[in-house]
Amino acid sequence: MILIVVEHAAGEPRRSALELVSVGRSLAQASGAPLAALVLAGAGTGGTGGALGAEAVAERMASFVPDVHVVEHEVLEPPRAETMTRALAHAATTLGASVLLLPASRLGLSCGPRVALRLGGSLLEDVTSVAFEDGAVVATRPAFLARVSVTVVAEAEPVVVSVELGAPPRASPLGGAGGVHRLEVPFEARDERLQSLSRRALAKERVALDEAEVVVCGGRGLGSAEAFERHVLRLAERLGAGVGATRAVVDVGWRSYAEQIGQTGTTVAPRLFVALGVSGAVQHVSGMNRSGVIVAVNTDADAPIFRISDYCVVGDVNEVVPALDEALAGIG
Amino acid sequence: MTIVTVVKQVPEAEARVRVVDGALDLAGVTFVLDGMDEYGVEQALRLREAGTASEVVVLGYGPRETERALRTALAMGADRAVLVVGDAFDDPLTVALALVEAVREAAAEMVFVGGKHADWDSAALGPALAEALGWPHVDWTTALRVEDGRFEAEHEIDDGSETLRGSLPVVITTQQGLAEPRYPTLPNIMKANRKPLEERSVEPRPKRSSARSYAALERQRRRVVIEGDARSAADELVRRLRDEAKVL
Ligand SMILES: Cc1cc2nc3c(=O)[nH]c(=O)nc-3n(C[C@H](O)[C@H](O)[C@H](O)COP(=O)(O)OP(=O)(O)OC[C@H]3O[C@@H](n4cnc5c(N)ncnc54)[C@H](O)[C@@H]3O)c2cc1C
Repeated sequence: MILIVVEHAAGEPRRSALELVSVGRSLAQASGAPLAALVLAGAGTGGTGGALGAEAVAERMASFVPDVHVVEHEVLEPPRAETMTRALAHAATTLGASVLLLPASRLGLSCGPRVALRLGGSLLEDVTSVAFEDGAVVATRPAFLARVSVTVVAEAEPVVVSVELGAPPRASPLGGAGGVHRLEVPFEARDERLQSLSRRALAKERVALDEAEVVVCGGRGLGSAEAFERHVLRLAERLGAGVGATRAVVDVGWRSYAEQIGQTGTTVAPRLFVALGVSGAVQHVSGMNRSGVIVAVNTDADAPIFRISDYCVVGDVNEVVPALDEALAGIG
Repeated sequence: MTIVTVVKQVPEAEARVRVVDGALDLAGVTFVLDGMDEYGVEQALRLREAGTASEVVVLGYGPRETERALRTALAMGADRAVLVVGDAFDDPLTVALALVEAVREAAAEMVFVGGKHADWDSAALGPALAEALGWPHVDWTTALRVEDGRFEAEHEIDDGSETLRGSLPVVITTQQGLAEPRYPTLPNIMKANRKPLEERSVEPRPKRSSARSYAALERQRRRVVIEGDARSAADELVRRLRDEAKVL
């Protein structure tokens, strides 16, 4: 069986779930294995995975896959890698999953290695594509700060695969409705070794950032927080773009960490990426070098960012951005 | 309390990683202590300096040359080093299983691991090591306080952050912001060469996954240079984005 792990919020599957469906469908088709989805939720807590939420999410997923399995238990709220691992390992074994598909979210990346080890299987992490080749599960993923891509072959079953967010296309629903099944997992008492004291949501920008079709990113070359707002935010608004920042900008406090792009921030691959006053350090580039078209504006003609750019505007952001804004307004 | 801080040696960020006929070509590449691991070394040292920890053991995995990264951590101030000799690019599950014994032998109660390593671009080693030890883990940790066998950690989660409280033992994976690493001073670099470094081997295990081939990830970029006054540069850019790249 190919088993998809569904992340959800407020009674809705997250975008990653629909991306995993399209990956799962192609794996199921290639192997003849059945496809199913797994929904984990806390019982009656009313939080992100409340009981109502689980029903709604399962119903929704049943229009995408033939079978949906639901595990509900109070220890699953708030979600933690340790408890989720127990549920995922139990479900994978009970249902006979040969491939377990997880989103490469923070939570998915946290559970994946544990589940793979617990089941004696293998882990293909944060992959951009995955397929069956001669019966083996083979995936492609970036490595070495996204300087190369590597093709990795799983050598042990089951294969736990975490799939990069936004990499696969979103699936569309099937005609009919699949079955929804309850699955009991024998949990031990709540694990008291770790207790969540509080959880805080970040400003919404970040979500917009990894879903954005266009990203405008500002670096230290902007010179000040005010100039960042004046130029980056204005251009982003004009282009309907998400706002990104380099670490240098986050470290000096001009922008919040939620906007950081790179090795220790978010990875983005929009259709158009505009870098303003960004030098192009490797740790930054690893988070944006798979963008479709890259535009950079920099006073230094030798700035490394130009080596990976399609359009290299040598100039001062203070002059180029207002002119660009006007030119864009001109074409409506 | 003993703290173990796990380190890997990775290509320098500026190094050119080349691919020749589908194979990795790392000739001439300088290897350094992974930047994310440095945060763990620094945090461990601060806990020792605060009297919370008594000893900081730096634990490496990789070929013999990994000694360089270990010496860097010793020069920062770690007390001693252990190197588990293995293949530089073993998968994180294999590495985790190989490190378990060394962590147990050090009787560590807290283990730091880099949040995302710059070789496999992988965040798996921390969670995998925690699983292999039977411990909980906290990932993407940005702040940490430890007192009387208990700790409080700030860490990043999807769409936000969380404060966790827990009891030892625990595996902590690092995130930027945890503790800005210090530079080793010259006297400390000299001292580091005399600190104990123990090498050990482990039984080879069947691989969980293997790299079959590599490809350059760099896309062909147009690299059109647009110079001149801002107004004409902006006009040219917009025209090209619309007519040539067709993204407007
Ligand atoms: C472990 C580790 C992880 C890291 N993770 C990340 C990460 O996730 N994301 C990240 O971004 N960085 C990361 N970094 C930091 C990275 O190495 C760089 O320091 C950072 O990306 C530099 O940001 P910057 O380009 O804004 O600043 P700078 O490097 O200072 O570049 C500023 C640029 O602006 C140009 N400029 C100046 N004035 C103007 C002007 N008026 N008009 C136009 N251009 C101008 C300059 O020519 C220069 O190229 C990490 C580093 C480490 C060690």
